[in-house]
Amino acid sequence: MIVLEQLCKTYHLGGESVHALDHLDLQIAAGDYLSVMGPSGSGKSTLLNMLGLLDTPDSGHYRLEQQEMSALGEEQRAQIRNHKIGFVFQAYHLIDRLNARENIELPLILTGVPPRERRTRVDELLERLGLSRHAAHHPHQLSGGQRQRVAIARAVIRRPALLLADEPTGNLDSHSGAEVIGLLEELNGEGITLLVVTHDPAMGKRARRQLWMQDGQLISDTRNRDSGDPDANR
Amino acid sequence: MRTADLIQFNLHLLLRQWFRTLMILLATAVGVAAVLLLTGLGEGARRFVLDEFSLLGQDTLILLPGRKETTGGLPPLTGEGTRDITLDDVDALSRLPGIEMVAPLIVGNAQVYVGGRNREIVTLGTSARFFELRQLSMQQGQALPDIPLQQAGAVCVIGPEVRRELFGTQRALGEWIRVGDRRFRVIGIVEDRGESLGMDVSNQVILPVASAQQIFNTQGMFRVLLKVRAGASIERSRERVIELMQQRHGGERDVTLITQDALLGAFTDILGLLTLSVAAIAAISLVVAGILIMNITLISVSQRTAEIGLLKALGASAALVRLLFISEALMLSAFGALIGIISGYALLWLGHSIWPQFPVTVPLWALSGSLIIALGVATLFAWLPASRAARLAPVQALKGEVHDA
Ligand SMILES: Nc1ncnc2c1ncn2[C@@H]1O[C@H](COP(=O)(O)OP(=O)(O)OP(=O)(O)O)[C@@H](O)[C@H]1O
Ligand SMILES: [Mg+2]
Repeated sequence: MIVLEQLCKTYHLGGESVHALDHLDLQIAAGDYLSVMGPSGSGKSTLLNMLGLLDTPDSGHYRLEQQEMSALGEEQRAQIRNHKIGFVFQAYHLIDRLNARENIELPLILTGVPPRERRTRVDELLERLGLSRHAAHHPHQLSGGQRQRVAIARAVIRRPALLLADEPTGNLDSHSGAEVIGLLEELNGEGITLLVVTHDPAMGKRARRQLWMQDGQLISDTRNRDSGDPDANR
Repeated sequence: MRTADLIQFNLHLLLRQWFRTLMILLATAVGVAAVLLLTGLGEGARRFVLDEFSLLGQDTLILLPGRKETTGGLPPLTGEGTRDITLDDVDALSRLPGIEMVAPLIVGNAQVYVGGRNREIVTLGTSARFFELRQLSMQQGQALPDIPLQQAGAVCVIGPEVRRELFGTQRALGEWIRVGDRRFRVIGIVEDRGESLGMDVSNQVILPVASAQQIFNTQGMFRVLLKVRAGASIERSRERVIELMQQRHGGERDVTLITQDALLGAFTDILGLLTLSVAAIAAISLVVAGILIMNITLISVSQRTAEIGLLKALGASAALVRLLFISEALMLSAFGALIGIISGYALLWLGHSIWPQFPVTVPLWALSGSLIIALGVATLFAWLPASRAARLAPVQALKGEVHDA
């Protein structure tokens, strides 16, 4: 589903250059569940942003579902972000002035989905995530865990193929963190390819495939034994 | 994005920041209202003047004592002449070739008494010719009789307004009224033509000119209206009138002769100036509104950097982000313009109800022009910040950093 080849991203800070991504190769199978770990500054977020088309590489190739991404213009990238990719951020990034329902339907609004269709889809999702009671609540009226669940709902309302989460539990206590991870795994169980950046080794271990990064390179790529043949669904 | 969603999205924003919304609405509304109000008044004044003089017609000349036309400004309207224009002058003028008729005019305020009531009323002294010249028709009775100018008759014609005030519902025709210290019998009531003030006879009393001379104790005419014979050259007649007056006044040119064209020209100049200053005021207030919009859009862009990043991450294209900010500014100024239009018309309507004679009409160019300018200014000034927002790179924007990509 995803193929990265020799992906490079270099930042220049005061004459010093930082290789956030250093000739990185990676292939991800559809429906897989990956965790990305590594020390701070190792390039985890940069990798995620590349995969999510939020950032552009300096060199290398990125193919998503057989389509070369490096060649696309900004408009097309926006389209793909809308249709194929969902993001979950550590800081939730909900819009304060909109209530939970309005936040969730934002991706649908941006592409002009008619209100009736939006309503049924959001209602369905709210029901599933146990957020129905909070549909009319604004972010400041919600707990951290509830906010992150609203953010997840927003990320998957489009039924994306790829769900990217950058330290989704970073701001949460362990209980709501576990809930959020449970929810993400449930979504993965429905076929969404899931990639989670985390600092929590216990959480990282739950993933079927665990990547370890350092200095912009993948230094380890392990697979849980019970996850079957790694190449089965590539 | 659907238009309804766009509007709702913007409404959320505008309501949340109601104070800045209010300020921009105010600035825009003031600009638009100013345009409507001032052009409405200017156009009203122009129509007013046109109405007034169209009553007289192109072929009418107005003679007044005193010579003041050398300045090139407004023709004298007060007319403190050096030498009076007498009734003999008027007779001589009416014998000129090319002049069809001549009507003398004396104007003053006189106390008018009927039974127990008395009112101060504008009183005209003139002749039967005046009725022909102004094409006044009678509601009841007849116009002034065709008597020699020097003969002071004890008859008068009154306007419908005067009739209402002095006689109420009672019969006026044939009754006697006292003007100053003389008595006059009402022989006619002028038809109410609903004309505008100044030249409006509906609240005036019209007497034979010689009687008015006695009441006001004056010899000189306030004005003399001359109608040029059909087919005769206005310019030639004008020269003849001036020559005759010069000759009769011992070789001195001490009268002013104005034509409708000259007067209208002068008014048009003044009104043009007025319109220009109106345009300037309006332009200034709309540019102020525009700069406000630009500043506020800039602030909004930097405050909402993270939101822009988020919208982009959720799939908003650069074009959509630009549209979001520009449509927000457009909505603001459209609302402001709407408020301005409503309040501008309300004020004009208020003015009209206070002073009904004054025609108030907003020319279409002013209405559409102010709207277009308001919206144009908003787009123009929001464009820069909106494009800046559109160019933001999603990663940086999400971190809340404002860097141009
Ligand atoms: N906009 C930027 N400008 C300059 N350097 C940057 C920028 N973004 C990232 N970097 C650098 O690139 C490297 C990788 O950053 P990245 O955010 O991917 O790290 P990370 O693995 O996500 O770290 P953390 O665990 O702390 O989130 C870091 O050294 C960082 O300083
Ligand atoms: Mg990071």
